[in-house]
Amino acid sequence: MPKDVAVIGVGQSAFVRGYQGSIRELAFEAFREAMQDAAISVKDVGASVVCSAPEYDKQRTPSGLIAEYLGLNPQPTFIVENVCSSSTSGIRVAYGLIKSGLHDVVVVLGFQKMSEISSADSQERMGRGADIMFESPFGTLMPAYYAMHARGHFAKYGTTEEDLALIRVKAASYGVLNEKAVYRKAVTLEQAMEAGPVCSPLKVFDCCANADGASCVIMASADKAKEICKEPVYILGLGAATAPMNVTGRTTFAGLDCAKLAADEAYEMAGVGPQDIDVAEVHDCFTIAEMMAYEMLGFAEPGKGPELIRNRETYKDGKIPVNVDGGLLSKGHPIGATGGSQVRTIVLQLRNKAGAIQVPGAEIGLVHNIGGVGIYGNVIIFGR
Amino acid sequence: MGFERFGSKSFTSQAKVAEFVDYLDKGEVAYTKCRTCSQAYFPPRADCANCLGNDMEWVAIKGNGTIVTFTHTMYAPTGFEAEAPYTIVVAEFGDIKVLGRMNKSVPVESLSVGMAVKVEVVKLPDGQVTYEFLPA
Ligand SMILES: [Zn+2]
Repeated sequence: MPKDVAVIGVGQSAFVRGYQGSIRELAFEAFREAMQDAAISVKDVGASVVCSAPEYDKQRTPSGLIAEYLGLNPQPTFIVENVCSSSTSGIRVAYGLIKSGLHDVVVVLGFQKMSEISSADSQERMGRGADIMFESPFGTLMPAYYAMHARGHFAKYGTTEEDLALIRVKAASYGVLNEKAVYRKAVTLEQAMEAGPVCSPLKVFDCCANADGASCVIMASADKAKEICKEPVYILGLGAATAPMNVTGRTTFAGLDCAKLAADEAYEMAGVGPQDIDVAEVHDCFTIAEMMAYEMLGFAEPGKGPELIRNRETYKDGKIPVNVDGGLLSKGHPIGATGGSQVRTIVLQLRNKAGAIQVPGAEIGLVHNIGGVGIYGNVIIFGR
Repeated sequence: MGFERFGSKSFTSQAKVAEFVDYLDKGEVAYTKCRTCSQAYFPPRADCANCLGNDMEWVAIKGNGTIVTFTHTMYAPTGFEAEAPYTIVVAEFGDIKVLGRMNKSVPVESLSVGMAVKVEVVKLPDGQVTYEFLPA
């Protein structure tokens, strides 16, 4: 179980609709919180990794601007983009920078101001998040792809719309408790089932909310962490994989291969298995995404994911608590910031500082962050 | 040039596989197959990722396929709003899978995974050309 790289500080802005400030100011909110959490100064930072899906930004090459505003000149900075999984890919890059010995302390800053561009522009870009030659000309869109995975799961395993609705009910029950969440209302099973259709079988409450937000994760070498941090949380394992962007190249619509591969790699590196995970943050951009995550991560056998949620095993007091911060469904999904926010939740859990959503005695946590509809999969396992 | 005629709205004009559109004009939905290693590709490719070759032949899709998955979308990205709602389908034809839309007259309630479909070329009024699925 390697303990070479640690998280020494985490921060997150509130996730909101229509942030009333610029992207640099949004980024600074998460940065300030993480720097205060780590109790370090900018002189201690060796490099920054800025994570954003730049199609939402008017600012060209935002890493330069963000590094300047954070006070991180003249240190090197890099932009990392893997759409919705940008910031966990940024963490993988930072892990390499630290493990290689190039830098002792690296700031990973994820942000997205989705409202920076108009709703029409946003819809236009959404259509191009697929193979633009052979998929986009049919008017494909993100919810349609996850809906086709829901259909695939239903057909193979008999999963129902109610099973998916139960996932939303759980997420909303925790979103109520998260003061940084964009959606803070409870959702009943009836509300979820009666909501209007989006892409069959997915309905309104099966889909996460767009949001503006920023996250910040400060990482350090183990030696540096021991020197400056009272409560380091270590990266025990990390895995990453890809699958064909064009879904006609996929092997299944009942799961995401990239997530399974990333999970297997992370478990092997950490020397732990699914049964050892005390708390998990999974990429629930749609309810079906969480359902598939249960199975790809090994929390349930393939096809048994619905039983987990029916038996409330993924609630805080269940066998494997999942997304007890409200998940993307209620917290919101500001693309480049999402993975860093998931990491923050796990770090707070492992420090026993998660407040109302604390899973008692949590020692090993997992983050599962997916880019696109299973194009990029990142899984990271954390421990004290 | 040529690929901009694919679909109700194309995002690409130049492609080595623009012949795909010529096949559509002839009423055929075609894929490429590597002459060196026999790997079949849909979407069609000019280059073989299996053997690094580029000696490809075009083969028309024949016969029936089966539905792998589908969804009926109420929303559409910019440029497609007037076409919504529509049904997007992935269907399997032997070695290859094809993504496209179901013919608009086919109710989504009548579809199921595993159902047999055929693929047909559609010529749009504005000179664009595409394909769609129909129950076999
Ligand atoms: Zn070949």
